Amino acid sequence: MTEAGFDPVTLWIVIIGMAVGSFALRFLFIGLVGNRAMPPWVLRHLRYTAVAFLPALVAPLVIWPTATGGQPDLARLLAALVTIAVGLATKNVIPAMLAGAAALYGLLYLLV
Amino acid sequence: MTRTTAKSFFWKGFWDGAPFVLVAGPFGMLFGVLATEAGLNLVEAMTFTITVFAGAAQFTALQLMHEQAPTLIVLISALAVNLRVAVYSASLTPYLGDAPLWQRACAAYMTVDQSYALSIIQFETEPAMTTPQRMAYFFGTTGIVAPVWMLATLFGAVMGSRIPESWALDFVLPIAFLAMIAPMLRTTAHLIAAFVAITVALTAAGLPYNLGLIVSGFAGMMAGAQAELMLSRKGAPK
Repeated sequence: MTEAGFDPVTLWIVIIGMAVGSFALRFLFIGLVGNRAMPPWVLRHLRYTAVAFLPALVAPLVIWPTATGGQPDLARLLAALVTIAVGLATKNVIPAMLAGAAALYGLLYLLV
Repeated sequence: MTRTTAKSFFWKGFWDGAPFVLVAGPFGMLFGVLATEAGLNLVEAMTFTITVFAGAAQFTALQLMHEQAPTLIVLISALAVNLRVAVYSASLTPYLGDAPLWQRACAAYMTVDQSYALSIIQFETEPAMTTPQRMAYFFGTTGIVAPVWMLATLFGAVMGSRIPESWALDFVLPIAFLAMIAPMLRTTAHLIAAFVAITVALTAAGLPYNLGLIVSGFAGMMAGAQAELMLSRKGAPK
């Protein structure tokens, strides 16, 4: 495991750079714009931030899971569908999460 | 008065966020395991996770360092993965922008997928909330999850590769996000935004440095905004 180690200087540059950069990204609007009014067209776009970015983040992970080396996986695909179905039916995050987790472990157990 | 209601909103956020322990736990553990396998010691892994506090970006950085990518590319890619939090920050600004600067700075640090998603749902459902109440709720959502994420990283880093693959830690995150998305699809415009975002994400998945996410996120936002305009024009009496 030691031979896999990174050069400490590079590693710390990455850690510090990411800490500063991530904070800057997060502070940009909430810190600098604050309570100044934003134009309606900006606000209209911002209303769809969550429903656009979260599905875009997840969709590739569902279709090409990292754990299987990018091969589509039936258990994971079905678990994702169960989560969405329960989420849409109940409009509630918790039952959807629990159903999805149950489906994932159930199917992994049955299919492997 | 405001103080007590703010307090109760903190606890509401706290309990709304509590189930995400089931996500932050495995996800943090996975980062700890991978960081150890990549050769980071405990201090390095923990400093990374506490100062950066952005799971997806941390995984990206680890992966690219592992592939011996140039440092600048590592930083740019990992921050590109995190570009979405800048948009989250913008999206929260109309709700939290009135708060004192130090609170906004703390909120900025705490802006992650799950605090953002829960808070937006809450702020949209109860538009009458005051800024202190909103801030209290926002901090509440990270009340358990942030410490759990950090402790889980520590646990994963200590346990290393002794955690079995059958735990399928990788898929905990997609399930949690899918569960959060479904209740947000309240209008046709929201559905269109999500549909366009997914379509573009799957088509643009080959783009380097995770640009696919940024492109598809913005495509979805534009589709949603356009759909809202068109639908309101159609519905409004002229």
